Amino acid sequence: MDTPERESIEFDVVIVGAGPSGLAAACQIKKQAAEQGKEVNVCVLEKGAEVGAHIFSGAVIETKALDELFPTWKEDGFALGQPVAKDEVYLLRDESRATELPHWAVPPSMHNDNNYIVSVANLCRWLAEQAEELGVEIFPGFTAADVIFDDNGKVCGVATGDMGVGADGEPGPGYTPGMDILAKYTILGEGCRGHIGKGIIKKFALDSEADPQHYGIGFKEIWQVPESQHKPGLVVHGSGWPLSKGMGGGFFLYHAENQQVFVGLIIDLNYANPHVSPFDEFQRIKHHPIIAETLSGGERITYGARAITKGGLNALPKLSFPGGMLVGCDAGTLNFSKIKGVHTAMKSGMIAAEAILEALGTDAEETGTTNFQQLFEQSWAYQELYNSRNFGPALHKFGPIVGGGYNWMEQKIFGGKPLLKLRDSKEDYACMEPASAHIKIDYPKPDGKLSFDKLSSVYISNTYHEEDQPCHLKLTDASIPIKQNLPRFDEPAQRYCPAGVYEVVESDGEMQFQINGQNCIHCKTCDIKDPAQNITWRPPEGGGGPTYPNT
Amino acid sequence: MKILVPVKRVIDYNVKVRIKQDCSDVDLSNTKMSINPFCEIAVEEALRLKEAGTASEVIAVCIGPKIVKEQILAALAMGADRAIRIDVEEQPEPLVIARLLAKVAEQEDAGLIMMGKQAIDSDNNQVGQMLAGIMGRPQGTFASVVKIEGDEALVTREVDGGLQTVALKLPAIVTADLRLNEPRFTKLPDIMKAKRKPIAETTAADLGVEVTSTQQQLSVAAPATRQAGIKVASVDELVDKLKNEAKVI
Repeated sequence: MDTPERESIEFDVVIVGAGPSGLAAACQIKKQAAEQGKEVNVCVLEKGAEVGAHIFSGAVIETKALDELFPTWKEDGFALGQPVAKDEVYLLRDESRATELPHWAVPPSMHNDNNYIVSVANLCRWLAEQAEELGVEIFPGFTAADVIFDDNGKVCGVATGDMGVGADGEPGPGYTPGMDILAKYTILGEGCRGHIGKGIIKKFALDSEADPQHYGIGFKEIWQVPESQHKPGLVVHGSGWPLSKGMGGGFFLYHAENQQVFVGLIIDLNYANPHVSPFDEFQRIKHHPIIAETLSGGERITYGARAITKGGLNALPKLSFPGGMLVGCDAGTLNFSKIKGVHTAMKSGMIAAEAILEALGTDAEETGTTNFQQLFEQSWAYQELYNSRNFGPALHKFGPIVGGGYNWMEQKIFGGKPLLKLRDSKEDYACMEPASAHIKIDYPKPDGKLSFDKLSSVYISNTYHEEDQPCHLKLTDASIPIKQNLPRFDEPAQRYCPAGVYEVVESDGEMQFQINGQNCIHCKTCDIKDPAQNITWRPPEGGGGPTYPNT
Repeated sequence: MKILVPVKRVIDYNVKVRIKQDCSDVDLSNTKMSINPFCEIAVEEALRLKEAGTASEVIAVCIGPKIVKEQILAALAMGADRAIRIDVEEQPEPLVIARLLAKVAEQEDAGLIMMGKQAIDSDNNQVGQMLAGIMGRPQGTFASVVKIEGDEALVTREVDGGLQTVALKLPAIVTADLRLNEPRFTKLPDIMKAKRKPIAETTAADLGVEVTSTQQQLSVAAPATRQAGIKVASVDELVDKLKNEAKVI
């Protein structure tokens, strides 16, 4: 059959990803352009089936950036979420005991006065409404598959993915080719480990002066709990059990509105034991009395997981490249000492908007340059990252007790001025040690009340992919999982994937590596943690993936 | 010939349906909503008839509050020429919907009303048939093939045990079954164009239809959860359990 020609369309600015950073950028461009009497057209591509469908976050947020972007959001009637009423921090000593940290011993960055417990997905839905009212074109269900370069090597837009390609890679009956979306500036706000951002960082060596990026995998479930167990505004954090020695991470339990509780666990992806199953760690932590008391008798509404960029300032790449910039988690602007990234992500998007408006119509437009890097470095967002730059490395180097103490001292006594220059220079995937060097972990069976298996969990993430399409998880060398990863690491993909995408199955007496791509919840952990760096996450057909509600 | 295509906003077919805590209804908060898949098939068929030169205009009509504009835009982005929204607060019963649609079909002098066989939320499968009754026009329900020849529509229907082809004198009502076609992917520029297409707004009162209800929803319940399975050691044990415990053989 004849394959239709690719079409193209031009915008001044194309933004990849309708998350907090991308939408903040879109709104800010339109708002400031209107103030300056300029006409700037902006489009946002979103791979999720709707805005918010792929947004997955705790979340307790600071409203600093939102206040700057829409100073009257409260008066305008936006119900952001539940104001934080109380903070509690626990160290889980074992499966039943816990010690609450006294308020004075909690690092200031973990205090949440004036913050809100929110659904970031709903925040994005609201931001998208504002953006559309301001004239931004938002296209959910369209992936930015690849970036487009002009003859001078400058980024000049993105290509959307083809629709209707069969599993064999051949165009099917409904085949609709993607389009070239050309733009003077391209903002990449794909979130953690964006597939385009990853390529751009490499191509332009944006990370040449930065430490390796560090990641975590965050799990979250929303629970509807009995009224008597619901304390609106209570924020509980903690670490310790069940994570074994040497593993970093912590849990959260947020009492949101409408008798809903957000429970989650974040695990640093630099763990060494390949037998670790982050999913099972999350399922079993819910049995700790500190959490179980709140959840018991409740109903689990949704489940999901997403990788988090947490390297902070030391790992932050250069943000600008010819023709565009990285914003939010695609760059790594999360402040891990606060476990918060929405305010800094939004701020980075807003600064990107300002830098683009300054450059449009000047000579800079030709070369695709802006003052984004400088403007960002002058911002409060950068200052925040600077002040907390030792937080992650201290925890990695000294562990939660000594490292945590160091962080407390640095923040509390020295007001955030870093005492030492701590670095963390080993890539997360390279931290994996051979399976033979570690004891297999015997995880308890889920009870179907507080803990669940992977498949019933993925089921409530409303994940869907068109079945007849090429697998979107690419192996550079198809033999590595069985020949190399299996004997050495007992193929950890079976365990680190939170959605059961990867399986090692026996067929006719031979071990085979099976990829169930249709289960993928787009968390990107495989792209990060595979010890051979052999898995590449590519975007599936637009609209595929989870359909998260108020996550 | 004008084709009128009713489209309904329903919970997305990929979303797991949840029941409200008080069992009064399905919980639609924070839930992705879409065009009813059968309505989407109907839009596609209408567009194909237009592209084949059989129809001159495709008009989407949607009944609901302002928010249904999302589904109207989706139909317009697929290629419908214009749309009508009938403003109502809550989704009326099938009979009221049929009365509203009958008025619009009259006003527009539609030659064909191409619609979904049923909506995936309420699963009534009634509006097409009621509409045909109210208008006194022929109906071809559960269509898997639609052809227009002269002043007739030849509709192949999916009936129990096979296919039946009927000839309907136009104007007629045709309801789409799953196999009628596979809806197209919407193109990005068409989404932009859709925003500029006209959407007329009207009300039930303007159309002279009273929104009444003759039924009341008492409660909704989730299906019983599946019990965990057991492993049996032998075929004999399996047969024994099927016979004596499950009592199915």
